[in-house]
Amino acid sequence: MNVVLLALYLVVFPGFLFLLGFAWFAEWWDRKLTARLQDRVGPPLVQPFADFVKLLAKEDIVPEGVPARLQAALPLVAFAAVATAFLYVPVVGSSPFGAPGDLVLVLYLLTLPTVLLFVLGWTSRNVFARIGAVRAATQLFVYEVPFFLACLGPALAADTWALGDVVAAQATGLWTVLLQPLGFGVAIVALQAKLERTPFDIPEAETELVAGPLTEITGRKLAIWNLAKDIALVTGAALLVALFLGGPTVPGVSVEGLAGTVIGFAVFLGKVLLILVVLAAIRAGVARIRIDQLVTWGWSVLTPLALTQIALALVLKGVGWP
Amino acid sequence: MPEVELPIGPQHPALKEPVSFRVVVDGERIVRLDLDISYNHRGIEKGAEGREFTKALYLIERICGICSHAHATNFAKGIEALMGVEVPRRGQWIRTLVAELERLHSHLLWLGVLAHEIGYNTMFMYTWRDRETIQDLLEEISGNRVNYGMNRLGGVRRDLSAALLARALEGLHRLAERARFYAELIQEEQTLLVRTRGIGRLPRDRAIVLGAVGPTARGSGVDFDVRRDDPYAAYGDVPLQVMTSDASDVFGRLEVRVREIGESIRVAVHVLENLPSGDIAAKAPRTAPKGEYVSRYEAPRGELVHYIRTNGTDKADRVSVRTPTLANWLSVVEAIQGRVIADIPVVVAAIDPCLSCTSRATFVDTGTGDRSAMEWDDLVAYGIRYYRDHERLP
Repeated sequence: MNVVLLALYLVVFPGFLFLLGFAWFAEWWDRKLTARLQDRVGPPLVQPFADFVKLLAKEDIVPEGVPARLQAALPLVAFAAVATAFLYVPVVGSSPFGAPGDLVLVLYLLTLPTVLLFVLGWTSRNVFARIGAVRAATQLFVYEVPFFLACLGPALAADTWALGDVVAAQATGLWTVLLQPLGFGVAIVALQAKLERTPFDIPEAETELVAGPLTEITGRKLAIWNLAKDIALVTGAALLVALFLGGPTVPGVSVEGLAGTVIGFAVFLGKVLLILVVLAAIRAGVARIRIDQLVTWGWSVLTPLALTQIALALVLKGVGWP
Repeated sequence: MPEVELPIGPQHPALKEPVSFRVVVDGERIVRLDLDISYNHRGIEKGAEGREFTKALYLIERICGICSHAHATNFAKGIEALMGVEVPRRGQWIRTLVAELERLHSHLLWLGVLAHEIGYNTMFMYTWRDRETIQDLLEEISGNRVNYGMNRLGGVRRDLSAALLARALEGLHRLAERARFYAELIQEEQTLLVRTRGIGRLPRDRAIVLGAVGPTARGSGVDFDVRRDDPYAAYGDVPLQVMTSDASDVFGRLEVRVREIGESIRVAVHVLENLPSGDIAAKAPRTAPKGEYVSRYEAPRGELVHYIRTNGTDKADRVSVRTPTLANWLSVVEAIQGRVIADIPVVVAAIDPCLSCTSRATFVDTGTGDRSAMEWDDLVAYGIRYYRDHERLP
């Protein structure tokens, strides 16, 4: 791939510009689905974009004694981290940035926003923000382990740490989800926790902590932060599609050239939106649990389940099936 | 983390009305809790004492936006008893019907609020949608969605037509279906159960000692309901089952209210099907003889008490209101001790607080923070002195 094409990939498609549009679309899709599940009308298509523009225009308030530069930088770093992570996820064919071990890089980049959220809350000099920050950090330790373990499963099965190769290994149609349904379930739940959505919206529980770590964040900073969250949503969903649902491949179909690319892209979009349907259904179907309940449940149920899946995957590998 | 003070209220997303909890927390755990309830004193009692009974009735109705009929009926009941007016049977039954519809809409609203407090917004949206059925019915019956203005001294203001009766029955049957759904849902939804079971413990004996009333007390197994134990309006003639739960926690209060939704529908249907014919109101005199009366009423939140003293004129000499929320506050403070931050909104919402109805005035020395109460004569003297000094009045 030459430099011009690489730059296009980075800036236009499926990089920055496409990612912006897709992130807003995903937010709309998520909000609309949730609204319909709750028997509401839901927002119009341009609402997430309109919210972004509105927040950009709002006054940027920095409370006294808060490190202003740090707080302004944190949302940008979070945005950069998740946007970079998306570049490594196979969208059409494999990513040109793909490298051995890029799965580990993506997982690391997806962890960053929560760490940054903790710093954001802790430096806000607000009691709600601080308690929210502590909760975010506590939650991080609960869901990251099962999430990493669940993502390790497909890599083990495919014998590689490269996302592109994990996808290629599933091109025959034997998607990892068929072999590791348990791991897929754990990954979905852990992703929900990672994105801090009900029942795991504990750090920003509105009725307890106002807006949690984001209580003092306004204007541009909040706009960028929300955008980073949207991108984390699509990146997380795209990662699960690549690991468990065969990425942009369709079993039994291999079309060369532009048509193949378009089909692959459409398939990828469809699968990501499907994951978002599952995430929205979970969000609409349950109540928020408490942080102590999450810690107990996470370590006594979720992590053991993920470990069981790893053990099963190793046994399958040992007997040489499939 | 060291101990920090978490200011919940007077403005906070969990509370739609002004109340302040100064919660001292150590990490997530609550160490101490201090309650400040009065931010919105509206002087309604005093206002009611300065108006003729007919006007005071509509002022009293505005104590609460949700249980407005409870206040109006209770006040009317007291004044009618002092005047010696007998309300015709049909009037009594229509009062009962509106009372039960009001309980339905209040309980459905509360169910949504509790669901929202634990982040279960789907249930919040569902219950508030179903509540519209009741609101529409109340509007058709009384002309208003809130503050129905259904009462007048001696009876009710509007009659029910046969067509309206049929529509009301149809709406209630539809709602009965939803009530069964909610009754199943609260027993099955795991995330709802883990957030309510064992939270906000209030044993039966403590509930009695702390003077809890209504669903809060019944959720702790206290079998008391003014409608059955001191019947008013048509409750003496209507079959009524008092719902209690032995769970003695937030789940008990939830269970009692959800079962009361079903029971209220049954009572309202019974009233609609057996509505006696006749007048809806008797003529009430303008004045009431000297006397005093303690009027009790089972509002959606519990026992509501109005104390009324008359002195032979067309105005009350003294009106004092004890709303159920005031009686339930102590149980909240007890039930919340030793819990975690996440339980505060749940335990508070579980008594269905109606804060502005509860407002009491207290005197605070802003320098030392000391609080004190004031006798009536002192208060009058203080008022006169205050206005003389501040407004330069003679």
